[in-house]
Amino acid sequence: MNWFYACKVTDVPANGGVCVKYGEEQIALFRFARRDTWYATQNLCPHKQQMALSRGMTGTQEGEPKIACPFHKKTFSLSDGRCLSDETECGITTYPVRIEEDHVYIGVHAG
Amino acid sequence: MKIVIIGNGMVSYKFCEKIIAKAPAGTLEIVIFGEEPRPAYDRVHLSEFFSGKTADDLLMAPASWYTDNHIRLHLGDPVQQIDRVHKTVHSYKDITETYDYLIIATGSSAFVPPIPGVEKKGVFIYRTIEDLELMRDYAPKATRGVVIGGGLLGLEAAKALLDLGLSDTHVIEFAPRLMPRQIDDNGSRMLQHKLENLGLHIHTNKNTAAILGEDTISALQFADDSILEADMLVISAGIKPRDELARLAGLETGHRGGILVNEQLQTTDPSIYAIGECALYNGMIYGLVAPGYEMAEVAASHILGDQKAFTGFDMSTKLKLIGVDVASFGDPFAPADTCRSIVFEDTMKGTYQRINISGDGKLLLGGILIGDADAYNMLLQTTKNKIILPPNPEDLLIGPRGGNTETGAGVMGLPDDALICSCESVSKGAICAAVEAGNETLGDIKKCTKAGTCCGGCVPMVKDLISGTMKAQGKYIRNVICEHFTYSRQELFDLIHIKEIRSFDDALDHYGQGDGCEICKPVVASIMASLWNDMILEKGNDTVQDSNDRYLANIQKGGTYSVVPRIPGGEITPEKLLVIAQVGLKYNLYTKITGGQRIDLFGAHLSDLPAIWEELINAGFESGHAYGKALRTVKSCVGSTWCRFGLHDSVSFAIRIEERYRGLRAPHKIKSAVSGCIRECAEAQSKDFGIIATEKGWNLYVGGNGGSKPQHAILLAADLDSDTCISYIDRFLMFYIKTADPLTRTATWLNKLDGGITYLRNVVVNDSLGIAGQLEAEMQSLVDKYKCEWKEVVENPELRKRFNHFVNAPGAKDPTVKFNPLREQKKAAEWK
Repeated sequence: MNWFYACKVTDVPANGGVCVKYGEEQIALFRFARRDTWYATQNLCPHKQQMALSRGMTGTQEGEPKIACPFHKKTFSLSDGRCLSDETECGITTYPVRIEEDHVYIGVHAG
Repeated sequence: MKIVIIGNGMVSYKFCEKIIAKAPAGTLEIVIFGEEPRPAYDRVHLSEFFSGKTADDLLMAPASWYTDNHIRLHLGDPVQQIDRVHKTVHSYKDITETYDYLIIATGSSAFVPPIPGVEKKGVFIYRTIEDLELMRDYAPKATRGVVIGGGLLGLEAAKALLDLGLSDTHVIEFAPRLMPRQIDDNGSRMLQHKLENLGLHIHTNKNTAAILGEDTISALQFADDSILEADMLVISAGIKPRDELARLAGLETGHRGGILVNEQLQTTDPSIYAIGECALYNGMIYGLVAPGYEMAEVAASHILGDQKAFTGFDMSTKLKLIGVDVASFGDPFAPADTCRSIVFEDTMKGTYQRINISGDGKLLLGGILIGDADAYNMLLQTTKNKIILPPNPEDLLIGPRGGNTETGAGVMGLPDDALICSCESVSKGAICAAVEAGNETLGDIKKCTKAGTCCGGCVPMVKDLISGTMKAQGKYIRNVICEHFTYSRQELFDLIHIKEIRSFDDALDHYGQGDGCEICKPVVASIMASLWNDMILEKGNDTVQDSNDRYLANIQKGGTYSVVPRIPGGEITPEKLLVIAQVGLKYNLYTKITGGQRIDLFGAHLSDLPAIWEELINAGFESGHAYGKALRTVKSCVGSTWCRFGLHDSVSFAIRIEERYRGLRAPHKIKSAVSGCIRECAEAQSKDFGIIATEKGWNLYVGGNGGSKPQHAILLAADLDSDTCISYIDRFLMFYIKTADPLTRTATWLNKLDGGITYLRNVVVNDSLGIAGQLEAEMQSLVDKYKCEWKEVVENPELRKRFNHFVNAPGAKDPTVKFNPLREQKKAAEWK
């Protein structure tokens, strides 16, 4: 696992997301300020292949953290990436997040 | 017990699912051989492959499902031989497996008639994802596509060609009409007419004699010697059961194909079963997925010692062919000597409906619906459950026409054993019992009964059953917002008002639970904006705004945004037009005049938005709130200042109104217009509130809208002076904002309002509730607090920072954004 520095904690709006550039990849980073937990996923919404998840709305469904894509409101679990609103839709990749002081790190598989 | 399955299609998958659910854990060993390179996928929705779905999207279950259930899945490895004596199968890749039970689920292949030239390049069949991939790769070279076969699959294939961009698509049918097996002459004529209007070319009574061309197809020649040029041909003339293996193994097959099975789906060898489209039961091949699933159920049960029987299956079907509803149920062709038919044909709307009724007038035997199949579910249930018809059976199609006619009790009146979901065979009783056990949402019902998870056709009935059962239990069905706020919008509005709540977190702490979601967040944000009119991106409320509000712009295909400056009343100076032109040029934006008399600039990168708005604001523009559930435009005709018919100055009044209500947030968008005379050039009667000049003043209309269900606004008050007109609009809008459900336009709100326009007139004009003064004061306070949101962002460096695509590369644009040229401008790249 490679941990790369993404941004500062304060760069991410409370209960919202930002998009992090990692080489050619785009990773969406979410901050649940109310519970002080962090999640990261691919930024691409698989439904219409749009780079948009970081601009979506965070929330929970029966306690499970989720993100709703701004295009067509498909929702994806932030814990395991599966699509919650449409069982036939593909899931998304999730990444671990680590906070050290006010720095946010995202873990990606080496290679 | 070891079960080997030959074939991995939808029915094979369903068989696994069923037998795993029924058998005690650890007692089964399952091995599947599949010919195709990928696990079972949804062939019913194959054409969605061309409208955006990927092969993975279509999978019935991911590969991991098979491993999780300890199924050994051999893909790309067809079985070559069955040895019934030693009970083994042998595969192409040289694998031998023994079996206790063997399931043949090999499905069917496309039937290709022996036409000379079928081997030429550019000739395709339409059956598997590989076929579709070949078509997709070939299509860019083709301009004219032809499909042989005007049945269900042929029309699906024609849809696929249209989706591939072949606008010149032809369908060839040998019979004198389309879908000869499902619908009658008149229905077929209506269907053909509708499809032709959609741009499809249809040739019936055509017998293809040869496919012409060197190596590659160039044309089709017919038996009547006519010729049709073609670049691409898809043959979809029927299916052929895959029974070769069974035939080799000495199992009995039908003389026109199909593996003979009994009521338990056993072949002539009792340890071998055949299910799905390869099975021949009672002289019939069942070419739909629902009977295949039923066969899977019966075979799985029988292997585990349960006695169930397959005794044929209702072949009723409803589908959308290229956007046209087509349904056929029960006996669609019941002959005139034993039954009577009622037929409605509406050539204006393009609908054809036929129902066949038993000779004594009591029972529905079947029918056909073209163009409008809304009645399908109820008609099918009425047929299958032999429900006694009401005295005027035509009411089933066109609804009662006044008087005390009965149309039956709807879906709640069906018997408990009525099959609601035929794909998953779920009865009404099972659904109602699940609702009674506490599964009160569609999602819950789908999870615990599987109803509605396959074709989705029964979903409207399932929803009715949920609310019907809950009502029968005496439950009050309240429109609560979501799992986080168990209040209606109106209740929450009052609570937020009384407690003076100004942030989403406070609202959640006081009245909600959990973390909120994409449903309640924008509702609370909108309520707070309607009450306090604070800057929506402040106080930690930025992330609870709907995405478009959060970025103060409308997200467009590809992830760029549109920019819509306010142009009150549609009046603009040449100088300001120049500024828009300069901004459009500088940021390379696509420009278009909107329906609301302003100018939309498309294709702006997120990080360019603040700079674009800075230039617009410096030139005197303001936000147009095109992104918000807010006042959009007040359209106007030119009025008495120039028009020889104009009675009053409609432009000045429109500007006054637009400037009064700009930025006003509401449960949904609000549109308005002012016309200077009765000719109504501003189309004010199609708006949420519209004003038309009269000899004596202004007439005020409310509750109109365009959209998918257009509705004319209704006259609220007549011959008003300008100030009174504005007071009434204040009261009307505030009353709507305080009482409407989320995302409800004024038209829908007024339709649902008890007492309708009379009640509304009493509240607004006669002040029957004594709240007119309060409503006006509340509106005035919102008006006084108005500020241009974009101006605030442009002037605030902290807020400006939020308009970046990458948090760690400010200013860098999203490299995946793509545009394509369009006339002299550009457009967003198409969805994938």
